[in-house]
Amino acid sequence: MKLTLRVWRQKNADADGAMSTYEVDGISSDMSFLEMLDTLNEELILCGEDPVAFDHDCREGICGACSLVINGDAHGPERTTTCQLHMRSFQDGDTIDIEPWRASAFPVIKDLVVDRSAFDRIIQAGGYITAPTGAAPEAHATPVPKPDADFAFEHAECIGCGACVAACPNGAAMLFTSAKVNHLNVLPQGAPERETRVLDMVAQMDEEGFGGCTLTGECATACPKGIPLVSITGMNKEWLRATRKAAKR
Amino acid sequence: MARTVWDSSVGKKTVMAVSGLIMLLYLVVHMIGNLKIFFGAGEFNHYAHWLRTVGEPFMHYEWTLWLVRIVLVVAVVAHAVSAYQLSRRDIRARPSKYVHKKPRASYATRTMRWGGIILGLFIVWHILDLTTGTVHPGFQSGHPYQNVVDTFSTWYGNVIYIVAMLALGLHVRHGFWSAAQTLGVGSRARDRALKAVANALALLLTAGFIAVPVGVMTGLVS
Repeated sequence: MKLTLRVWRQKNADADGAMSTYEVDGISSDMSFLEMLDTLNEELILCGEDPVAFDHDCREGICGACSLVINGDAHGPERTTTCQLHMRSFQDGDTIDIEPWRASAFPVIKDLVVDRSAFDRIIQAGGYITAPTGAAPEAHATPVPKPDADFAFEHAECIGCGACVAACPNGAAMLFTSAKVNHLNVLPQGAPERETRVLDMVAQMDEEGFGGCTLTGECATACPKGIPLVSITGMNKEWLRATRKAAKR
Repeated sequence: MARTVWDSSVGKKTVMAVSGLIMLLYLVVHMIGNLKIFFGAGEFNHYAHWLRTVGEPFMHYEWTLWLVRIVLVVAVVAHAVSAYQLSRRDIRARPSKYVHKKPRASYATRTMRWGGIILGLFIVWHILDLTTGTVHPGFQSGHPYQNVVDTFSTWYGNVIYIVAMLALGLHVRHGFWSAAQTLGVGSRARDRALKAVANALALLLTAGFIAVPVGVMTGLVS
C-alpha cells in the first residue's frame, strides 16, 4: 500500500504546530497503524529528520497509551485502540490525517503526544478504595451479586486512554470519570467512600478544565472499550445522591 | 448545598434540567390553552380572563398569574445563565479544533445553543406582542382572540412564530432526554421509552402551537 499521511508536527508544548505531509510506501495491510508509523519514522531517521513522536506501550489494546485522532476519529475508523487498528481498514492511495487528542486539559507535549496527567489527578481524587491491600483476598470473602459484578467489570474495562475527551466537542471527561465512579461505587469494597468519591472526582474533573456533558454521545461512540453513555447518567445519579447526603450532615 | 450545586458542572446541568422541565410543563399547559381558540372568540376570551381569576377567592385577582410568571422568569434566567456559563466552559475546554472535521451528532443536539438563543429572543418578542402589546399596532387589552388573529394576519408574525416553534421542537427533543440523563433517571431499559416521550413531546408541542397560525392563515380562525 502507498499512503499519503498528513501528520500534526509540533516541536514542543510552546511551539506552534502544523500538519506536515509524508508519503509512505510498502505498507502491508496486515500491519497495525503503529507499525505503519514505525515505518514512516525509520524513513525519517534515515533521512536525518526528526521522527514523529507518538505514545504507545503494550500494543495489545489494554494499556491505554496510544492516542491518535485518525481522520477525525479518536483511535480511527474501527472501535478499538490505535494499536489494534490494522491497515486493512484503509485503501491503497488513501490520504490519512493524524492529529493528537485535542483538549485544553490535555496539552500537546510534542507532535502527537499529549499530557494526560489530568486523568491521574482525577483518580487521585477518589478513584481508589481505602481498604488495606496486599495479597489477593479469598474471592468469596465479600459476596458481590452477579449483576453488580458484571456492572463493575463493564466499567472497570476503561483503560484511561482519553478517547472520550478527544471525541467530545466540549472536551469533557465525563465518560472517563463516570466509568471509575460506577466501577467502585457499585461494589461493597467501594461503599465506604461512595459519596466522597463522586463529589471529589467530579470537582477535580472541573478543576482540570474539562468541559461539561451535552449528551452528544461522541465519547461512547469513540470508546475502544465500549463504556456506555448511560454510565454518565449513573454518575449524575450518584452525584445528586451524594450532594443530598452531604447536605444532611 | 446550593453552593456545591452551582459550582459544579454536573450541578449546573441539574439546574438546567429542572428549570427546563418547569418550562416544559408550562408549555404543555400553554399549548392546550391556545387550542381553545378553535372554539371561538367567546370561549377563548373567557379562558384568558379565567387565567387572571384562578384560585379566587383565596388568591386575589391575578395573584396566581403573577406567581406563575415569577416562577417562569426564575426558570428562564436560571436556564440561560447556566447554559451561558457551561458553554463558556465547554468552549474553553476545546480551544483548538481538529483539522479533519466530521459531521457529528444529530441536528437537534448540535443546535441546542443557537436554538436556545432563538427561543430566548422569541419569548421577548412574544411577550411584547401578545402580553404588553408594545410591538403590536392596534393591540386591544382584554381582547386576546382579536390580538392573536391580528398577529397571524401579518407575514412576519407567522414567520417568527413558526420558526421559533420548529426551534422549540428540536430543543425539546434533545433537552427532555438530556434532562432525564442529568437527573439520573435514564437507564438502558428506559432509554427507548425516554427517547419516544421526548420525540412525542417535541412533535405535539410544535404541532399544537403551529396549529394556531395555520388556523388563522386558512381562515378557520378569524
